[in-house]
Amino acid sequence: MTDTGSRTIVEKIWDEHVVHSAPGEPDLLYVDLHLAHEVTSPQAFEALRVAGRSVRRPDLTVAVPDHNVPTHNRHLPAKDPISQKQIETLRRNAQEHGILHFDIVDERQGIVHVIGPEQGLTQPGMVIVCGDSHTSTHGAFGALAFGIGTSEVEHVLATQTLQQRRPKTMAVEVDGDLSRGVTPKDVILQIIAEAGVDGGTGHAVEYRGTTFANMSMEGRMTVCNMTIEFGARAGLVPPDDVTFEYLEGRPYAPTGSGWDEAVARWRSVVTDPDATFDSTFRLDATTIAPRVTWGTTPAQSVSVDSAVPNPDSMPDDSVAAAARRALEYMALEPDVPITEIPVDVVFIGSCTNSRIEDLRAAAAVARGRHVASGVRALVVPGSGLIKAQAEKEGLADVFIEAGFEWRDAGCSMCLAMNDDVLEPGQRCASTSNRNFQGRQGPGGRTHLVSPAMAAAAAVNGHFADVREI
Amino acid sequence: MVMEAFRALTSKAIPLDRSDVDTDQIIPAQYMKRVERTGYGQFLFDSLRREPDFVLNDERYEGARILVAGRNFGCGSSREHAPWALEDYGIRVIIAPSFADIFRNNCVNVGIVTVVLDEAVVSELLSRSTQNPESEITVDLETCEIRAGDDRWTFDLDEFHRERLLKGQDQIDLTLRYEDRIAAYESRRAR
Ligand code: SF4
Repeated sequence: MTDTGSRTIVEKIWDEHVVHSAPGEPDLLYVDLHLAHEVTSPQAFEALRVAGRSVRRPDLTVAVPDHNVPTHNRHLPAKDPISQKQIETLRRNAQEHGILHFDIVDERQGIVHVIGPEQGLTQPGMVIVCGDSHTSTHGAFGALAFGIGTSEVEHVLATQTLQQRRPKTMAVEVDGDLSRGVTPKDVILQIIAEAGVDGGTGHAVEYRGTTFANMSMEGRMTVCNMTIEFGARAGLVPPDDVTFEYLEGRPYAPTGSGWDEAVARWRSVVTDPDATFDSTFRLDATTIAPRVTWGTTPAQSVSVDSAVPNPDSMPDDSVAAAARRALEYMALEPDVPITEIPVDVVFIGSCTNSRIEDLRAAAAVARGRHVASGVRALVVPGSGLIKAQAEKEGLADVFIEAGFEWRDAGCSMCLAMNDDVLEPGQRCASTSNRNFQGRQGPGGRTHLVSPAMAAAAAVNGHFADVREI
Repeated sequence: MVMEAFRALTSKAIPLDRSDVDTDQIIPAQYMKRVERTGYGQFLFDSLRREPDFVLNDERYEGARILVAGRNFGCGSSREHAPWALEDYGIRVIIAPSFADIFRNNCVNVGIVTVVLDEAVVSELLSRSTQNPESEITVDLETCEIRAGDDRWTFDLDEFHRERLLKGQDQIDLTLRYEDRIAAYESRRAR
């Protein structure tokens, strides 16, 4: 906190949620919304049961299966019996404790970070947690949202609080208009490339500047989603009219006079003019081009019109060694133009880029074109409601006519826990958030791109500059 | 969860000379299909272990309880399965120049001690354990000291976390001491 008493958004939300604080101890922070999914929650519920504890506030937890759900043949159980068991365990735990649960056949089911906002559960000023690192997504609404481990999930279930040290604050200021063909995904990939994978460690980020102010909620969610990829657990955009417009009328958003009161309160969730940040990072949005990752961390990206970097020209030895290892895994030669890299698979989906705007952008490229021969392309909407919307808008037909597979909602090939898996050696243009080794299947090679760039790769059979299409 | 208390430990150390080791590498998602907390050790570093010269395949490090690694260890996914796998494999201490935030929190809850030392000291420890796999490191949580041969270095650890590790305390028990404050907060918010 600054001497003047001026505070940043993060500090305001934090102060508002401190239940107890004592010197030498972490603050005890109240949690407004806890989201649970089938993979990181079963051990937490089980531990509660063993300890004879109950869920303190079942009304503040919402559960949805997403990580390993099948994205086709939904009427059948998951092929893998253990996935099925995790899905059933979540259902049982939700029923037993009286927790709202969007089951697999419910149209509202989808990726946990897509449905929170979609249902209006995610609101400005809240503290939101989930046993998943991309919980940072909800920061797009001006909420302090971060991922936790399973022991912490158990702690939240039992106490509705978390023991946390106050994070340092970081301002990420981006100004200017995005050029044609450049998307929020490219903005965040550029930020990560410059900040490095651990540039934000220990910090909560506030995204500031005209670029974010002019972004849609979908775009803000894409940016906040990948905050964790430069090490910061949480990233927020100040709530504004764009935020309120998105939320109004959503099923769990306040209504009537409650809505007006809420908006009045949310308007104060902004950083005071003379508040200071522990660190600041600046970027000029007009210089950003569509980006493609070439390595095995999200920081290893370049613009589409350049070439695979050469480790020999990297000044830092350990950076060069990591780059060599990455290129070896990715089976890429230095100095090869990005647009000459062929792809085997294209995945459009994940909590980063599976919202209606993402599907519109991809469909705009796919329309009237066809997936290149030998390429397998999947579109996995972020929720059942997005799927229905895309079908209504005719986007599904565009994809199907272009030769894309049109699936049901879930995490799918983002982490390959269901049967949507890369085969060893396959190269994938993916709209997801992690290009770690084996992330999309053992031996699979992932290149992160925007939805439009993914569609461009699908129809060309190799990476292509979407600005030239 | 009740965890084993930790005071001090002397052991060989596994040198994992890589930075940005993510939790997908520590335990790939396909092995998270269990509803238990145990049994993940066999899948630790599963794909790296397929490389014959990967350090975990070197029998000389068998039984080591300390892992020394490069910076930003444990980045990526929040899966607690990563520390579960390390713990199940036998690791109680990880030494690195830096750790990812969520991973580090998860380690405390699993009873793994994460020690941050300068990059230069970590490289020194890495090269000692690489050259002589038998060389031992002592991690003393009571004095916050690392000892190896004639050398000693001190490290910082969040005091609250250190206490918890020393006593093997359950986090929920600690919080429930303040249950009245949680209730008071809730009734204040409800108004
Ligand atoms: S889509 Fe991917 S990153 Fe997002 S919650 Fe699912 S697995 Fe995690």
